[in-house]
Amino acid sequence: MRRVYVNEEWCLGCHLCEYNCAFANSGLKDMADALRGKPIFPRIHIEGNEKVSYAVSCRHCTDPICVKSCIAGAISKSDGVVKIDKNKCVGCMTCVLVCPYGALALNEDGVMQKCELCTQNSDGEPACVRGCPNKAIVFEER
Amino acid sequence: MDKFVIIGNGVAAAGCIEGIRSTGNKGKITVISAEKHGVYCRPLISYYLEDKTDTERMKYRDDGFYEENNCDVIYAEAVKIDKKNSSVILDNGETVPYSKLCVAAGSSPFIPSFDGIETVEKKFSFMTLDDALTLKKELSSDKDVLIIGAGLIGLKCAEGIYGKVRSITVCDLADRILSSILDEDCAKIMQSHLESRGIKIMTGDSAVRFEGKKAVMKSGKTVEFDILVIAVGVRPNTSLIKDIGGNVNRGIAVGSNCETSVENIYAAGDCTECTDISDGKSKVIAIMPNAYIQGFTAGVNMAGGNAEFDNAVPMNSIGFFGLHAMTAGSYGGSMYEEKSEGRIKRLFTENDRLTGFMLIGYTERAGIYTSLIREKTPLSSLDFDALRNVADFTSFPAESRRHSFGGEV
Repeated sequence: MRRVYVNEEWCLGCHLCEYNCAFANSGLKDMADALRGKPIFPRIHIEGNEKVSYAVSCRHCTDPICVKSCIAGAISKSDGVVKIDKNKCVGCMTCVLVCPYGALALNEDGVMQKCELCTQNSDGEPACVRGCPNKAIVFEER
Repeated sequence: MDKFVIIGNGVAAAGCIEGIRSTGNKGKITVISAEKHGVYCRPLISYYLEDKTDTERMKYRDDGFYEENNCDVIYAEAVKIDKKNSSVILDNGETVPYSKLCVAAGSSPFIPSFDGIETVEKKFSFMTLDDALTLKKELSSDKDVLIIGAGLIGLKCAEGIYGKVRSITVCDLADRILSSILDEDCAKIMQSHLESRGIKIMTGDSAVRFEGKKAVMKSGKTVEFDILVIAVGVRPNTSLIKDIGGNVNRGIAVGSNCETSVENIYAAGDCTECTDISDGKSKVIAIMPNAYIQGFTAGVNMAGGNAEFDNAVPMNSIGFFGLHAMTAGSYGGSMYEEKSEGRIKRLFTENDRLTGFMLIGYTERAGIYTSLIREKTPLSSLDFDALRNVADFTSFPAESRRHSFGGEV
């Protein structure tokens, strides 16, 4: 099963992955239309300090506690991908309370969103990985 | 062939079914459901009142769930377990034999005996989908509502009916709202938030007597209402196990394998009590994640597998009108605090461990804190001074961070 992995020693902290993620999930064709002048709600975020930086997105855990904890039955795992049914989510944030990686956040509509490996958008393969200038994020088997 | 029987049809039962099937066991499963609905998301009943969801989307699993898992559902109430003959006796006279039984009977609203309660025409509990369906029909903009109990259920009900009735008053005998999860200072923040929306809150006070549409309070005040909601608390449904001599305290006692003290009988969810890893005490932890995980654990073990659930922690994520509170664990030891207008973060530490937290507003990536409690992570193994300020992985040792984001978890 391929997953998104981070090589933190290569991360420049440039935040491009956040923009590529927001664009890929915007449904729009033009990056400027999708992002210019708007607050973005990416499903990946950069954490870091003066010593280190790295990207955080859903780990698609082997035994995902978010799936077991969702009070709306909105999170499920299939084909190795942990997915949210936005139609069922009520925004209670129990998944935020349990995710050990801090990988979920609300979108602009107050509904939870998370990385679904770009399986639900037209990219088909993680846009964060494709756009990473230093190969600090990879999509592979480990 | 195994004959699995599950008493109850909530999320713990769904977990049990999925736990049994996860082992590959194809034994017959019979679910005994007292409510006339397939498994639904009980905590969403307030969102249903609010029109944020509907009965279709509230289903916990797809319509094909029981069929796909080869389960029979009997809509009846289990009245007795016949231990000697390993069977369950139902209120419709039917007898259902089991080889392994899971009691996932949930809890029932507790209704204190108020003087004159029989004079109140429109009174409701707020526990089941049917409660919500009936209550919703009564709501209109010329109705005043009195809710007794300012806990999670009472206040979620208040949020759910907000804007659909003329006024909402919530009273509670405790000195603060949400007293099961928030301390006084945190409760004050949430209370002012609710009051800013026009919800009237009376703490340290409750109804002692009813006269039709009037409640006479302990303080001597009176509250006029059209609709009364009683949400003072719930009691675990333990009688089935108690009646056959099984170990029951406040809830049905189960071990980390979710087995009761009675042979071949397991229990899961709100009817049980188990050890809270944050303080080592046995308690009822009536939250949905617990129900599912206990159900799953029971199911695996019933089917001959080997599963354990040994890190239960009470935790809640609850929001009102856009302000979220998240809490977990217990609140002993020393406290770290951060505060700004309308927001508060309180973390509790003891013996090099994080034991609990209350967060209002500061809820981003709170699961990192929850995980420290559940995993009993020694705080000396990371930079807790930084972590308590910002919940992220820069405060973790490089090796564990690289495993988290560069390895399979």
